[in-house]
Amino acid sequence: MKITVNGEAKTLDVTNVAEALVALGYGDSKVATALNEDFVPASLRVSTELSDGDRLEIVAPRQGG
Amino acid sequence: MPKFYGTEISSRLMLGTAQYPSPAILADAFKRSGAGIATVSVRREAGGEKAGNAFWDLIKDLNVAVLPNTAGCHSVREAVTTAHMARELFDTDWIKLEVIGHMDTLQPDPFGLVEAAKILCDDGFKVFPYTTEDLILGEKLLHAGCEVLMPWGAPIGSGLGLNNIYGLRSIRAQFPDVPMVIDAGLGLPSQAAAAMEMGFDAVLLNTAVAKAGDPALMAEGFAQAVVSGRMAYDADPMEPRDMAAPSTPVIGKAFLQ
Repeated sequence: MKITVNGEAKTLDVTNVAEALVALGYGDSKVATALNEDFVPASLRVSTELSDGDRLEIVAPRQGG
Repeated sequence: MPKFYGTEISSRLMLGTAQYPSPAILADAFKRSGAGIATVSVRREAGGEKAGNAFWDLIKDLNVAVLPNTAGCHSVREAVTTAHMARELFDTDWIKLEVIGHMDTLQPDPFGLVEAAKILCDDGFKVFPYTTEDLILGEKLLHAGCEVLMPWGAPIGSGLGLNNIYGLRSIRAQFPDVPMVIDAGLGLPSQAAAAMEMGFDAVLLNTAVAKAGDPALMAEGFAQAVVSGRMAYDADPMEPRDMAAPSTPVIGKAFLQ
């Protein structure tokens, strides 16, 4: 499946957001996700299926003003 | 101390966490500032990077309340999605809502700000809107459910201080019971003191401390200024006048040619 992750094209053999996080090496990283500009809560990552062309954003805590 | 959404703050100085020369200097600046609230953000992270985990550990050690922002968001949808991601990441319903309308000044988009504030307030967020000194905008943000207003002093990162004294005095007077924070644009402790003397409840700044030659020393300078300014406000300052009024008694002066 071809999706865009944080602006970069990726080809992944996954079906949902939770699997994508594991495949991309996020493991136990503290991250939050959005799919096609909509927030995906951690509790819904397994049930949120991915399709070709989807845009996945993965963010983490950072410095801010 | 004022309350933000029912939570009493421990200091009238709120501090950002960006742009410090090192994590150690950030931590030192926070200690010297006495700030009780730290602003943070969410940003993209690569797989295996774990910078977010390290930053989160640093913030937890500061033992302060966390106020995530939606910095850099230009649309309502972007700001709302970012707020949701921040709520999950930082486990807080506080959100510093920024909906930016102009690239050069980072001036808020007032229309998008009100729309996003309404959506987020309705969804249980405690919204701290980064706004201007505009009275109508302030009214609409309160109507949307905001219980705190954060008018800018000057454009973010400019260090210009309080750009519109009349406008800030007006919004303070218009909403006397609303907790109000001067957010952005401060460059010097004297400007923070001036904001406090005008009756604002707190100041929020980042660049002025982080980009100082000695951030920790500047943080302490701001801390003292905020305390001094508030003391002056509470002490009910004298009224200024145009002409001199001698402070030393005139009566009893020796008659000398």
